[in-house]
Amino acid sequence: MTRQSRLLPRLLIAIAVLSTLVMVVAPLFYIFAAAFAQGWRAYVQNIMDPLTLHAIWLTVLVALIVVPLNIVFGVAAAWLIARFRFPGRSLLVTAIEIPFSISPIIAGICYLLLYGRQGFLGPWLEAHDIQILFALPGIVLVTLFVTSPFVAREVLPLMQAQGSEQEEAAVTLGASGWQIFRRVTLPNIRWALLYGAVLCTARAVGEFGGVSVVSGSIRGQTNTLPLHVELLFNDLNVAGAFAAASTLTLIAVVTLLLKAVLEGRAR
Amino acid sequence: MTISITGLTKSFDATQVLRGIDLKVEDGELLALLGPSGSGKTTLLRIIAGLEWPDAGQLVVAGQDWLALPAQKRRIGFVFQHYALFPHMTVRDNIAFGLTVRPRSERPAPAQIDATVDNLLNLLQIPHLADRFPGQLSGGQRQRVALGRALAIQPAVLLLDEPFGALDAAIRRDLRRWLREVHEKTGSTTIFVTHDQEEAFELADRVVVMGDGQISQIGTADEIHDHPASAFVAQFMGASITLPVTLRGGRAEAPGLDARELMTCAEADGPGQLHLRPDSIALESDPASPWVLTRKDSNGTDLRLVLTGPDDSQIDVDLPRRGAPALVVGGHFRLRPLWGAMFSDAGPVAPAAPIRLSA
Ligand SMILES: Nc1ncnc2c1ncn2[C@@H]1O[C@H](COP(=O)(O)OP(=O)(O)OP(=O)(O)O)[C@@H](O)[C@H]1O
Ligand SMILES: [Mg+2]
Repeated sequence: MTRQSRLLPRLLIAIAVLSTLVMVVAPLFYIFAAAFAQGWRAYVQNIMDPLTLHAIWLTVLVALIVVPLNIVFGVAAAWLIARFRFPGRSLLVTAIEIPFSISPIIAGICYLLLYGRQGFLGPWLEAHDIQILFALPGIVLVTLFVTSPFVAREVLPLMQAQGSEQEEAAVTLGASGWQIFRRVTLPNIRWALLYGAVLCTARAVGEFGGVSVVSGSIRGQTNTLPLHVELLFNDLNVAGAFAAASTLTLIAVVTLLLKAVLEGRAR
Repeated sequence: MTISITGLTKSFDATQVLRGIDLKVEDGELLALLGPSGSGKTTLLRIIAGLEWPDAGQLVVAGQDWLALPAQKRRIGFVFQHYALFPHMTVRDNIAFGLTVRPRSERPAPAQIDATVDNLLNLLQIPHLADRFPGQLSGGQRQRVALGRALAIQPAVLLLDEPFGALDAAIRRDLRRWLREVHEKTGSTTIFVTHDQEEAFELADRVVVMGDGQISQIGTADEIHDHPASAFVAQFMGASITLPVTLRGGRAEAPGLDARELMTCAEADGPGQLHLRPDSIALESDPASPWVLTRKDSNGTDLRLVLTGPDDSQIDVDLPRRGAPALVVGGHFRLRPLWGAMFSDAGPVAPAAPIRLSA
């Protein structure tokens, strides 16, 4: 090897390490450093603030609703696409990808236009006293939209690669549809499914843009954790903002670790 | 269980894959479906299993209309070409699967399931593999497990799609003999698909030759070998050489051809085709023959010869190297076929009768 060709890889590695440090590790450290800047006591106080606690609870609640729904619909869609040929199949494949290519804020505005007071369904909803916008249903709907591709996208390639022979074998052995799903299909996709669910959770917890449009950020009511961080920050309550952000970061880091473990298992 | 198939047709989109299949399988018979790739063998098997539905025709098994029955109710043992074992279950659980999914009222007691599986493991000669996962098995072992899983439900009919397709030659021969034994012990009506004619003839009671969605011939190994029903069957049996001949009184005549060894056929007089195998032609020196030896190679055991004849047509001839006559490139030779099938362009002499050949 020439001197120059040895230099180039080292240079590239150095750049990669440096940029990771600057862009990922340093901010992560800084979040926790700033959160604990005024000591443990202040940190705990900030977290135990009722409004922050409510934001945490709301975020967890949204994830608890959204993730199971996405698992069910994601598996159903993947199964449909992988196992059946029907008119509109390729349309469905494309439709699953749409939330990835649309900015979440556009999704939020669409919901606003659809369910808002002047919107298409607004008057009807108001007449029936159903509140979607600036309430939990709106937040859940937007989060569902934004996170809907994750499970299907993870499971679909696996199902397609495995083909339907195992399921056909189960049919000839007399298994019913549900038995086939539970005992043959599900075990085959379980790691990909968990992996998709983890990604889905991370996104559901962290979603900001779409939710900020439809939630109205009412403190103590429709303020999710990411929105809460922004509000605290705008209030110049930096320590509070960083404390809230640290919980969000913690959730993200834990999901990331989980993802790494699952990736290992899925191989 | 007897299987009776009549007028079965099946199309995928615009392509017709089965064009009217009529077939009767006797109770306890071991039948081979033999045919080139794409001839519709797998499709026929899948229709019998209930994994595919025909466009028209009937499928009656032991007097029961199976087209009215979902696959789950047919009690089929289906062995897939790539085994399709459940990778997350042990060998034992794989084999027991068909018993454990039965409705509670019909399900055998756990101890009884265990006993059945143990019996099968012994029959399959793999009791030591009971607790392994499919990923930890060799191809031949997986094949045995796949067969065990299919046999566990005591199938009315056992269907195997190229059961040995993915295995090497030595293991294939072993498993073939062993499948024959298993069939004799269980006695279930069995149909297996193959495109290896040696396998079909060695294993099966009767062989069904399929070509292009139709049954070309049904018969025992000897019948099909001695009397191929059509040029397609003859070619599929390895007759890669086609010579234009004149048929007279059931004998083939052509310059440089000595067809005395072939039995006469019941084909009409006139122009026709003679189908020959490269390995069953003897050569005799004959300066008057139009066939000239133009190439001579050896692969150690056989001589591979190329002869050029009328209109620059070329044929291959394989002779055992030992005991071969002295052959000089450029010499003229007469062809003396030991096996062949003749078909007249005008068809057989009415009434249709099988052509006759020497073995
Ligand atoms: N699901 C399907 N959709 C469309 N065409 C199909 C389908 N299954 C089979 N075919 C077509 O039907 C024809 C017969 O297929 P089949 O699998 O029955 O052949 P085969 O005799 O088993 O061949 P091989 O020896 O290669 O396995 C092929 O031309 C194939 O392309
Ligand atoms: Mg096939």
